[in-house]
Amino acid sequence: MRRVVITGLGAITPLGNSVQDYWNGLVQGRSGAAPITHFDASKFRTQFAAEVKGFDPENHMDRKEARKMDPYTQYAMVTAEEAFNDAGLHQFKIDGERAGVIWGSGIGGLYTVFHEFKSYFEGDGTPKFNPFFVPKMISDIAAGYLSIRYGFHGPNYTTVSACASSNNAIIDAFNYIRWGVADLFITGGSEAAVNEPGVAGFNAMKALSERNDDPATASRPFDLNRDGFVLGEGGAALILESLDHALARGARIYAEIGGVGLSADAHHITAPHPEGLGATLVMRNALRDAGLVPSEIDYINVHGTSTPLGDVSEIKAIQNVFGEDAYRLNVSSTKSMTGHLLGAAGAAEAVASILAIVHGRVPPTINHFTDDPAFDPRINLTFNAPQSRTVRAALSNTFGFGGHNTSVVFKAYQA
Amino acid sequence: MKFTEFHVILQSKLTQNHMSDIASKVRSIIVDKLGVDENEVTPEASFTNDLGADSLDTVELIMEFEKEFNLSIPDDQAENIQTVGQAITYLEANAK
Repeated sequence: MRRVVITGLGAITPLGNSVQDYWNGLVQGRSGAAPITHFDASKFRTQFAAEVKGFDPENHMDRKEARKMDPYTQYAMVTAEEAFNDAGLHQFKIDGERAGVIWGSGIGGLYTVFHEFKSYFEGDGTPKFNPFFVPKMISDIAAGYLSIRYGFHGPNYTTVSACASSNNAIIDAFNYIRWGVADLFITGGSEAAVNEPGVAGFNAMKALSERNDDPATASRPFDLNRDGFVLGEGGAALILESLDHALARGARIYAEIGGVGLSADAHHITAPHPEGLGATLVMRNALRDAGLVPSEIDYINVHGTSTPLGDVSEIKAIQNVFGEDAYRLNVSSTKSMTGHLLGAAGAAEAVASILAIVHGRVPPTINHFTDDPAFDPRINLTFNAPQSRTVRAALSNTFGFGGHNTSVVFKAYQA
Repeated sequence: MKFTEFHVILQSKLTQNHMSDIASKVRSIIVDKLGVDENEVTPEASFTNDLGADSLDTVELIMEFEKEFNLSIPDDQAENIQTVGQAITYLEANAK
């Protein structure tokens, strides 16, 4: 099978609207959480989120185009453009029949759904649905728009597996390239659920932190007093290419995808398996696919959402899979800084994992105040400050409601 | 507002404020929804051939006219509204 490398990156995150700003935020240990500005949250249990800031779609596309896109699609277009240009593809003639787009979004156009329904219920019952309602709402449309924008005629669709969605997108793109179906993909994911139904919905599940008096420290994975995740939003994009394709055009190579893993908890719709069964399986699958042994992984970017149960089961899984090596590698949850980007989390954390390899620097798990005895202190959770180390390979986990588990192994590129 | 030739002609033809209001509102809806320059919004301009509208844009325009002028445009009549001038003529005749 063919080797697959990453040659372009893009990011719009609560820490900044470019890869450089995102990475700077990660290694500075900044929090992207703050009081909600997108709507009046004064009656909501949780009144803060990790919002994308200073994003104006009209800086990137004309108003007519922007108006027809839900924010999740706007994030997709802009982050994909950054990755496309970063890979130097704007100066290269791509064979469109060998190029595809696989995008991830857990929810799709929630903003659009909410506002269209709202105007219907405020009316007299006469349906006045906008003709763009359906194409704005559907969660596959970002992939469609990207294919139109770049003239990519290869495989094109969106993966939906809740918070694992964009890891599934990366996995599928990786597979199609290594199987020879296509040479190049724009992949990644985007999500824009910091709105009334997004916040209230996760609040109703008691999934969100309610630390309204201190939003910046609310996302505190592995801390004793963690009380739920912080809702984030944004998008991230990766350009994947077959190694041959990248070499032939002289592309700069960030890293290589070593292998991927998939599994299901088969346990509960939202609660993780208490012993981390699905998480154990998925990391084993990824290592096997990559042909690596546990001692070859130096960094795990965990799902680590800062929920009481999820963090515990994931660490159990790491101990199951890595044994003594669990004490040698670095573990961190970048969600402590970005909040939880839901369907875009896998892509954003892929960027963090790849740059950890490139820069030899592991971004921290910030907001650690009090140890939780549930976690073996020998595990290096990279609390509060980044750590420098050679990262030969990094494993990035994302898990989604429904019990979907995904892992992707990135490794340093060696000719 | 830029005083285009189109606007001058309209102003001279239309004696009642009510009617010029309609033309001006139609123009601003078209500029907003289709993202075109107001100079392009001439009476003979076709939504699809000249102003870059696709079939969904056209449906949205008709809906916006209905909302703005508080009327319902039957489908068989909407099909005949394909230019700026046709929209203005229809709305001037039917708007309350």
